[in-house]
Amino acid sequence: MKTVITSKGNNQKSLFDLRFGRAGWFCLIDNETGATSFIENDQAEATGGAGTKAAEKMVELGVQKVISGDFGPKAKDLLEKFNIQMVIIDDDNQTIKKIISRLNN
Amino acid sequence: MPRRKRLRKVVAPPGFKGYKPYGNSKHKKQFVELLYEEYEAIKLADYDLLNHLEASKLMGVSRPTFARIYESARRKLARALVETREIRSIFGNAQLDGTWYLCGDCHARFTIPVHMTDHVCPICKSLEIENIKTK
Repeated sequence: MKTVITSKGNNQKSLFDLRFGRAGWFCLIDNETGATSFIENDQAEATGGAGTKAAEKMVELGVQKVISGDFGPKAKDLLEKFNIQMVIIDDDNQTIKKIISRLNN
Repeated sequence: MPRRKRLRKVVAPPGFKGYKPYGNSKHKKQFVELLYEEYEAIKLADYDLLNHLEASKLMGVSRPTFARIYESARRKLARALVETREIRSIFGNAQLDGTWYLCGDCHARFTIPVHMTDHVCPICKSLEIENIKTK
């Protein structure tokens, strides 16, 4: 099972990004091995359709859970259609590492 | 060109694919198509006993439109009973309302896709979760 956390930077010390479609990076976690990799979001500066593109990317990557601060209506519909679990956490100023450790507890 | 139909919000799809009359002498192949939104209208008005205005707000349509959906639903059901026809549930113009949950321990909000069977918080594995409705 794979999980994605939206991140502002490309390492585990970076802060959690509250946006989904326009997040800077996606942190991809493999739940079996615990390995993490960071994928740059090329839609971060897009003028439109970022949420849709990001949701499509999640489907492409075969992700089953996405953790972010909020999801736009289009992204929500798409993720719902592909049975991807959406998780919203509000507290910013959290590092990716901290969220991962919360997941593993 | 007519104005497009707005999608009607349906909280839960009907739990059946259809109803068949039995004990009738002539077997008819004809059926009536009960749309998801018509099922929802019957449920909200006659099972949950809401008034039409409240029900229309829940479904995201105007009160007159709700009344039209409700009327169509009642007429279809009546027709099925009188003409001993099968009822089939059809998707129609529905938009299924995704259900969101709130974790009582870490306040994370999340959805539970249909294929998941364990109802726990995905962050802290807490069982203290409750159903919330968001737009």
